[in-house]
Amino acid sequence: MSIKLYDIAHSRAGDKGNTLILSLIPYDEKDYELLRSLVTADKVKQHFKGAILGEIVRYELPNISALQFVCQQALAGGVTTSLVMDTHGKTLSYALLEMNMDTSQISHI
Amino acid sequence: MKHKDKVRIGCGAGFSGDRIEPALVLAEKGDLDYLVLECLAERTIALAQKRKAANPAHGYDPLLERRIELLLPLLKKNKIRLITNMGAANPVAAADKIIDIAKKQGIAIKVAAVTGDDVLEHIGGDEIAMETGNPVSLSGPVISANAYLGADAILPALETGAEIIVTGRVADPSLFVAPLIYEFGWSLDDADIIARGTVTGHLLECAGQITGGYFADPVKKPVDNMATLGHPFADVYADGCASISKVDGTGGSITLSTAKEQLLYEVTNPYTYITPDVSADFTTVYLKQEGKDCIKVSGGSGRKKPSALKVSIGYKAGFTGEGEITYAGANALERASLAGDIIKQRLANKFPGIRVDYIGHTSVHPSSLSNGYQPYEVRLRISGRATTADEAAIIGEEVESLYTNGPAGGGGVRKYVNEVIGIVSVLIDRSKAKSSVILKSYEH
Repeated sequence: MSIKLYDIAHSRAGDKGNTLILSLIPYDEKDYELLRSLVTADKVKQHFKGAILGEIVRYELPNISALQFVCQQALAGGVTTSLVMDTHGKTLSYALLEMNMDTSQISHI
Repeated sequence: MKHKDKVRIGCGAGFSGDRIEPALVLAEKGDLDYLVLECLAERTIALAQKRKAANPAHGYDPLLERRIELLLPLLKKNKIRLITNMGAANPVAAADKIIDIAKKQGIAIKVAAVTGDDVLEHIGGDEIAMETGNPVSLSGPVISANAYLGADAILPALETGAEIIVTGRVADPSLFVAPLIYEFGWSLDDADIIARGTVTGHLLECAGQITGGYFADPVKKPVDNMATLGHPFADVYADGCASISKVDGTGGSITLSTAKEQLLYEVTNPYTYITPDVSADFTTVYLKQEGKDCIKVSGGSGRKKPSALKVSIGYKAGFTGEGEITYAGANALERASLAGDIIKQRLANKFPGIRVDYIGHTSVHPSSLSNGYQPYEVRLRISGRATTADEAAIIGEEVESLYTNGPAGGGGVRKYVNEVIGIVSVLIDRSKAKSSVILKSYEH
């Protein structure tokens, strides 16, 4: 069994040029440590295989219990010149939330 | 310089196309000291430069006239100072337009235009673009170059006593930081306090994004009364702490979750959020729910401002052509895919890259007709880049030709050609962007 990130966290996408920025914020601050241990930059890179071509850096913000993923070469060239429909990549926050997690590692649900 | 204990700043617009009513509600009922309208995206100013080139009296925000006509009486009545980057490519023309409106309404007003962000004359083309690592000239013919000015460019305008301050390219948080420096007498060299002001500015700058608008998801993140979404204001204190709230009775909600999403929005490095005013550290910020629709912001620290300014350079990047056609019913996806393959085959040698998208959910027929097909309908979208408008038009024409050349049942063709203005960024020395203030006024 697995659950989606969508079930326990929310996210917003931002853009700067060809860089995609994804926040990942648990509804319950108690889940921050869980997300921190399970949602690594490598896992996110694997999840977005073929869509995010560059490096992904993960930042931790324990004061507000949130993670931030900064993804290079992720927006088909970026908002001004890309041919995709969502040139800002705003819809990609919901693509992150489609990521599955193994429920055996999650104790409280 | 006055020294207050508390300043209330509202944000009535988070982008050029934003709704007008929330700003009116803030101006009428928000008990504001300042209202900020942030209306300038990365690309907006390059497009405004094009309009200015066509007509020297234009190049400011397309909604400026409508916004000011409605706001001016409220600003005057409630003694609210307005700071906005609606000047876009032409702050002086924007100030003239505001004076025209004031004359028509018989309202005495003093308007300050902040100029100096246009640094096109300093761009030679050899500058290395941050996005590509190549000289700017390789991206395409340069049409505009605007430096992000900081709060220091707005301060002299505040000191003139102008009731409306209209700028071109200024870093978004600086629109909020400037009145805080002015009112509290903060030192521009106190990086921690400037960083705190920057955090509040960043939380406010996208308006409806922190009041639950862009946050809402009816299943997991329901937000009430979104059709009457309120925009935010902050009560900022002299120590840089702030409470962010909205006008009672407006739609939306402000919670820890909406504030967290906004704090991290478009932040490429939370340890160093660089503006012309400071390098702010967002990892030291604390957020606390203080009451219903009220978030307390504290903490926040910074290091000294960067020595260079970021410049957005607009360049001609050719044209895009697009064509769309819809298929519905049995095997809609198969027919759309066949159409996509036909176009790809016909255009393969004419364009360097053609993109094919399959879109759709009950746009052409009532869902009762869907008969369980998954998907019931598919809209095929073909797009490609070209160097001329005529070449770009071929893409839409090819899609249109599917009307008689198949596959079966295609309908609702639309075709588009758009000129593309690309944006790259470079850094220039601060000394090259010399800001100045031009005052305009109207008295009875």
